[in-house]
Amino acid sequence: MVMSMMEVPNSGTVYSSEELGRSLESSSGKTFGRRARLAFYNRTFKIVCIASAVFVCLILFSILFLMGRTGILTFETVSLKTFFFSTDWVPENEQYGAFVFIFGTIALTLLTMLISVPLSLLIAIFLSEMTPAWLKNALRPVLDLLVGIPSVVYGFLGLTILIPMLRSLTGTSLGDGILAAGIVLTIMVLPTISRITDDSIVAVPKKFRDASYALGSTRFQTIVRVVIPAARSGIMYAVILGMARAIGETMAVVMVIGNTPQLADALFKPTSVLTSNIVMQIPNVPFDSTWNYALYMMGFILLLISLIMIIAVRLIQGKGVKQ
Amino acid sequence: MQTIASQTLIDIHKLNLYYGTFHALKNVTMDIPQKAITAFIGPSGCGKSTLLRTLNRMNDMIPNTRIEGKITIGGADIYSKEVDVETLRKKVGMVFQQPNPFPKSIYDNVAYGPRLHGIRSKQKLDEIVETSLRSAVLWDEVKDYLKRSALSLSGGQQQRLCIARAIAVNPDVLLMDEATSALDPISTLKIEELAQELKDKYTIVMVTHNMHQAARVSNQTVFFLNGEVVEFSDTEKLFSNPRDQRTEDYISGRFG
Ligand SMILES: Nc1ncnc2c1ncn2[C@@H]1O[C@H](COP(=O)(O)OP(=O)(O)OP(=O)(O)O)[C@@H](O)[C@H]1O
Ligand SMILES: [Mg+2]
Repeated sequence: MVMSMMEVPNSGTVYSSEELGRSLESSSGKTFGRRARLAFYNRTFKIVCIASAVFVCLILFSILFLMGRTGILTFETVSLKTFFFSTDWVPENEQYGAFVFIFGTIALTLLTMLISVPLSLLIAIFLSEMTPAWLKNALRPVLDLLVGIPSVVYGFLGLTILIPMLRSLTGTSLGDGILAAGIVLTIMVLPTISRITDDSIVAVPKKFRDASYALGSTRFQTIVRVVIPAARSGIMYAVILGMARAIGETMAVVMVIGNTPQLADALFKPTSVLTSNIVMQIPNVPFDSTWNYALYMMGFILLLISLIMIIAVRLIQGKGVKQ
Repeated sequence: MQTIASQTLIDIHKLNLYYGTFHALKNVTMDIPQKAITAFIGPSGCGKSTLLRTLNRMNDMIPNTRIEGKITIGGADIYSKEVDVETLRKKVGMVFQQPNPFPKSIYDNVAYGPRLHGIRSKQKLDEIVETSLRSAVLWDEVKDYLKRSALSLSGGQQQRLCIARAIAVNPDVLLMDEATSALDPISTLKIEELAQELKDKYTIVMVTHNMHQAARVSNQTVFFLNGEVVEFSDTEKLFSNPRDQRTEDYISGRFG
């Protein structure tokens, strides 16, 4: 009697632990154990990740290679020194000096960033820190829409509004040039840079602001000394995106820069940059000519400049505390 | 035995605070003595943090709050128009529940406040950083890594860094809102010892969920319930011989 009483609960626990075991087993398939399945997923996932990374690098290198391969043929007839340092671009006369365009692209990009980065920063700070909620809700979608406007439209605005304005402002007949292009590009990249900056400022945790306020800082001090530094990597990303767009922008630039191969040593002087020169001349060149090769080379240089500038931005921002 | 005999520094008189229509603090009146530790205890949501934040006006930044009543610190009404909030917060430092060092170097974290208030000299800053870190009992652990990011420190070290950062601006009052609740027992003990040392120089007001902590470190204890002060007395007295039945229930663990 005593035995049987003891057996009942005993067998009960044995049964329930068996059941638990079975239920655990059944949740992993019969032929394909959970461990093996996990390992399979992990491995596949890893391979896919590596493959995508390799793929992206491959695209970058094949683009560089394709541009470079044709571009390099330039130097069969033109010396490196002439191509990079001569300001004479007269293809009809076999003169292929690309300095004007290289200089123009770098100068235009720097000018654009010089105007647009501080301005976007101000817009972003205003938007994220000082604007009442209803205005934020109105402004953010508007900026988002501006990001998507095609560049031709910006070119038209530059052509019909900005250039006449610059002409009357300076009192000369010249409005085209690097300043006009810089302003049009600024208007183009402003929404991009300010919206991404705005997002990264909003993402700065409240606890940093609280800590700053609790130490007796004003709102301005908190923004400048805590919020902006904490949002630094997002701001850098915004600047890179804006800059990439400015370097590569062709259409809007062609419409306002004047398209003349002369050095941009003044703000109001028709000039030309790598992109605008390529797009203006590529339809007319014979396929197997040095001229064609030189244009490819310019495309290759454009790529290099944008890569170098992006790396430079990363280096500048990297100078800080390692997180 | 510690007594309330020491001078009153913070005088809270008939304070009411509303979050919108919610009445969060009800007719709170108390005198907080100088150079002592006063602990706020009470169940979650009873208004401890809210009261603490009225003392350095951090509630100003929460929309729709309304405050009635009067708080004076050292005789000055801190809600009067003449008071400069930034100066007040410099005098009344705060340590938060979650360690919140800036994503900057250890040095820059401590130097943040002094720089804010106009100290530029490298030598002076070095001195302040060292004394503050020493007061927060962190100096020996970090003196060789001052340029390293503060986020690389452990939670307990980060919290002591936050205390160092708060005392670097040389405040009169130090508010600590559950400053040890995110920490392990050893870090907690270190911060409690630290509070004991700091009370010779600062008036400390701490919120705690841990009654043993209140009993261990504070001189006075305030028990809150639903936004009201139920009991305010010497810590020893409150824990050994509470006047109010609700206090007794709370400290004996019958609710909360
Ligand atoms: N920003 C706010 N807006 C509206 N109500 C709030 C706000 N902050 C706190 N409250 C309310 O005020 C009451 C008191 O909150 P408080 O944070 O002061 O409590 P507490 O005693 O610190 O609680 P805990 O111990 O959980 O930290 C709570 O009921 C809370 O819901
Ligand atoms: Mg709280």
